[in-house]
Amino acid sequence: MNAAWAVFRRELLLAARRPAEWIQPLVFYAIVAVLFPLGVEAHDPALKVFAPAVIWVGALLAALLGVERMFRGDLDDGTLEQLLLAEAPTALLVAAKLAAHWLLTAVPLVVAAPLLGVALGLEPLAVKVLTLSLLLGTPTLMFTGGFAAALTVGAQRAGMLLPILVLPLMTPAVIFGGGAVRAANAGLPFDAPLYFLAALLALSVTLLPFAAAGALRNALE
Amino acid sequence: MWTWFHQLASPPTFYRFAEVLAPWLFGTSVMLLAVGLYGGLYVAPPDYQQGDAFRIIYVHVPAAALSLSVYTIMAVAGAIALIWRMKLAEVAVVAAAPVGASFTALALVTGMLWGKPMWGAYWVWDARLTSELVLLFLYVGVIGLNQSYADPRAGARACAWLALVGVVNVPIVHYSVTWWNSLHQGSTILSAEGMRNPKISGDMLWPLLLCLAGFYLFFGGVLLRRMQNEVLWRERNARWAQQAVAA
Repeated sequence: MNAAWAVFRRELLLAARRPAEWIQPLVFYAIVAVLFPLGVEAHDPALKVFAPAVIWVGALLAALLGVERMFRGDLDDGTLEQLLLAEAPTALLVAAKLAAHWLLTAVPLVVAAPLLGVALGLEPLAVKVLTLSLLLGTPTLMFTGGFAAALTVGAQRAGMLLPILVLPLMTPAVIFGGGAVRAANAGLPFDAPLYFLAALLALSVTLLPFAAAGALRNALE
Repeated sequence: MWTWFHQLASPPTFYRFAEVLAPWLFGTSVMLLAVGLYGGLYVAPPDYQQGDAFRIIYVHVPAAALSLSVYTIMAVAGAIALIWRMKLAEVAVVAAAPVGASFTALALVTGMLWGKPMWGAYWVWDARLTSELVLLFLYVGVIGLNQSYADPRAGARACAWLALVGVVNVPIVHYSVTWWNSLHQGSTILSAEGMRNPKISGDMLWPLLLCLAGFYLFFGGVLLRRMQNEVLWRERNARWAQQAVAA
């Protein structure tokens, strides 16, 4: 547990020294969400219909920006080797690292989401549901992204591969996240999709660190 | 029995075994498909509602069934590759992915061609169709991941991890027509209710079963051939591989 805490703190410290890492995804997110209303007619009612999709997909893309480099630096400077050699279970250390990454890159996106929701014309209740759905969905995204980053860290010609691996696995989260907001907008009960998001969160947070640890070990062999 | 099984895991033995088995698989598959397609396209009567358009099931259903089976096979082979580090299982994961992707694409395309006259649209954003499309992307991810590695063994094991995680999509595709209100019809053959009280006429059913068997055997033959190629390439510096190519 001490080792996991140390990994967690190290990530936060590194991010504090290089604020660009967590500010840039936020700016990217805002720009993506702003481009959509500019692309359609002003005051188009369709904007409100598409707002949940825009905000969800924008968050996915913004959160993926930093994921690619999640293990790359650690591989280059040898930290990754030490993590794998450590006495503590690798899955636990990977989970700590992913949790720190979620706190750094995804939580700012969740905080920014209500602003964008209001800007795109969502009702107050829908904005609340949207934020909650992102809060439940982004850890799933981060852990899936971490798993994919562990798969590609040993690859020599990865290129654009990471989003291609992550985004298909994220379709359930987008469906349930967008579905909850749509239900709230229509005045229908919205708890079922949120429960589904929570179930995905529980599954990914408990199982994916093991898969990511296995993939990292494979990459270093 | 077990010693034979262990010997089969060695690439040269597997290569010779596949060399004998693959032609039989292809031959039986061609015969089954010939009879099945003849039965499906000429003997079976037209559907009372869909007319002759229903005949696409003789390609669509086997392709869709294989798209799921191949991914499951990949995941099982992946688990074997990761747990017992069996080389041949790694080869199977890598060799199966492009074949599975082709069957998935075939199922999607035949479904779209049928959907236009029957549903009035090539594509609807429905649970079954969307999850099948996601399956195609998962296959593409496995293929891409394998190609991005310089070391084939590390690449194959990375693919095995991805196949294991992605296998959660398989039950979603399979049960999507039961869980959600889908435009796609439910399962006709593989259900307990369908066994007791068949929902498909016998003269339409037997060609479909022959086509299914033919498709599966065809996949078996293609998989063996692809695995042979992969094994040859990996062991290209070994004496047995050079002899096998020279022969």
